[in-house]
Amino acid sequence: MTTTQPRTLSTAHLTRLHLKYQFLETVRVPMAVFGNLLFPALSMFFFVVPQPYVADDPVASTMAVASLGLFAICSASLFTYGLGVAEDRALPFDPFLRSMPAGPAPRMLARVLNGGIFSLFGIVPLVLIGWLFTAATVTWAQLALGIVVLLVVSVPFVLLGMGIGYSLPAKAALPVVQLVLFPLAFAGGLFMPPQFFPDWLSVVSQATPTRAGRDLLVGALTGADVYAGAWPVLLGWTAFFAALTVWAYRRDEGRRFR
Amino acid sequence: MSQPAHPARSAPPIIELSGVTRRFGPVVALDDVSLQIAPGELVGILGPNGAGKSTLLSLVSGQRKPDSGTVRLCGLDPRDAAARTSLGLTPQETGLPATLKVREVVDYIGGHYPDPVPTSELLEQFGLGELAGRQTGGMSGGQKRRLAVALALVGRPSVILLDEPTTGLDVNARQVLWQAIRDYHASGGTVLLTSHYLEEVQALAERVVVVDQGVVRADDTMDAILEQVGVRRVVLHSAGLAAPGAVEARFPQVTRVQVSGDRVELFTPDADGFVRELVVSGIDFHGLEVRGTTLEEAFEQMVAAPADRPALSPSGSPAVSPTGAPAVRPAPAPARGEQR
Repeated sequence: MTTTQPRTLSTAHLTRLHLKYQFLETVRVPMAVFGNLLFPALSMFFFVVPQPYVADDPVASTMAVASLGLFAICSASLFTYGLGVAEDRALPFDPFLRSMPAGPAPRMLARVLNGGIFSLFGIVPLVLIGWLFTAATVTWAQLALGIVVLLVVSVPFVLLGMGIGYSLPAKAALPVVQLVLFPLAFAGGLFMPPQFFPDWLSVVSQATPTRAGRDLLVGALTGADVYAGAWPVLLGWTAFFAALTVWAYRRDEGRRFR
Repeated sequence: MSQPAHPARSAPPIIELSGVTRRFGPVVALDDVSLQIAPGELVGILGPNGAGKSTLLSLVSGQRKPDSGTVRLCGLDPRDAAARTSLGLTPQETGLPATLKVREVVDYIGGHYPDPVPTSELLEQFGLGELAGRQTGGMSGGQKRRLAVALALVGRPSVILLDEPTTGLDVNARQVLWQAIRDYHASGGTVLLTSHYLEEVQALAERVVVVDQGVVRADDTMDAILEQVGVRRVVLHSAGLAAPGAVEARFPQVTRVQVSGDRVELFTPDADGFVRELVVSGIDFHGLEVRGTTLEEAFEQMVAAPADRPALSPSGSPAVSPTGAPAVRPAPAPARGEQR
């Protein structure tokens, strides 16, 4: 034994390590990846492409692509991280990884980054369908800005997913994810444009992370005005979900039995 | 036994538990446990299922924290990630990420340590070189176990925790792993091993800690633990001794008897004296067998009926003297390990 204080490797190195192997673990199960691509793509074909008053309107169809894209991200993040983390925790490899000389940060950062990568995958078919089958149109600059905004918007949902996953066992995480996802998606205007909402719902809607994310994304892609509270709402939820995740991770010691 | 119980006690302990209590709801998994392990020791922790063995390891590896008391790994709190740079441990075989390849799992775990063993070298050492490109989900149970122990060693740790390392393996696979563990220990490594597979502890450990119901029942060298029980098992066939009470009446040194047909199985701290008296008594017998108790029997005696006898003190001095082996003894151990 040496007398020098032992130190772990750098967070950057460890994050890269976890990012690589988390990514490999996920892509080796192709259905997990395709499932996330398929649902929003099918929704485009069923609900957007056949409706000329949306599909032929450049702004409306761009908004539809943005809304479904955000829904794809919410659903992938909540299911992958909510359910995935809860399932991982039940596996014996999870406590093993937690015993490695690394704090929680590298694994969490890697999960958030992976969330971003798979979000991008999920967007590809939507963008292609929007471009080929609808009047949706963006400039290259708008598309690039949209992708950056999309990655930022995915962060709170990945964190919410992890917070649920570290708080609950898998069997409880599944219904909770569903209970959280659909109301959030609806209230955020991802299924129905918020212009059709009654007044009270419009007010509630603007306080949700989904609505803030949707409007920021639509703003980036179409240049439309974004309501003033969107960034504060999104960042506020991000901070809250990050705190939830850290709290849940610290309290977690693997499976519990009472 | 003149051998000291703790050969390296003067060195600062590499693992130290002081007054550790850990509860799970109403269940006390560990109750005021203190334990010191010096660098270079090979310690086996024995106990029945639910005795607190795994809880103890999870405290040392920083996965859980004690409700009270302190745990130190290389002088640091194991919940501090830096303390774990010198720790190696095995995942449970069922827990390997099924979609990752063998080589990738080793790279993944090795990547956490400053100076990992090169992956190809480690895989060769464990005879897994040919499997490097295979997904772990496609490995056999024995191959997974070998990989699990290899993962404990990838970071060149100064202490490794092995939780049931060879459970369910065939004889050859077990020998390979045992050799790897012995080699690691011979190179100066500290090993903390749990098993309810007693033969494994008997084959490897120098020091044995018996845990039951969250309490350390015994902590001593392997030889001293076996000596503590000190009884010999004698089997013979004799019609003359098959009647109930016949053995006890003639041979007071016998502590327990089981008879089935004309087969008599008995336990005594003085087998030599028993045999001498048996021969001079002129009783007809055949098929005499005498042997020492196995660790399994010693262990069973220690955890069988805690209410009936005082706990053996953790300092290593037996509270039950070798000759004072308990009169009430449970049924003899199953045959596992008897051939040793």
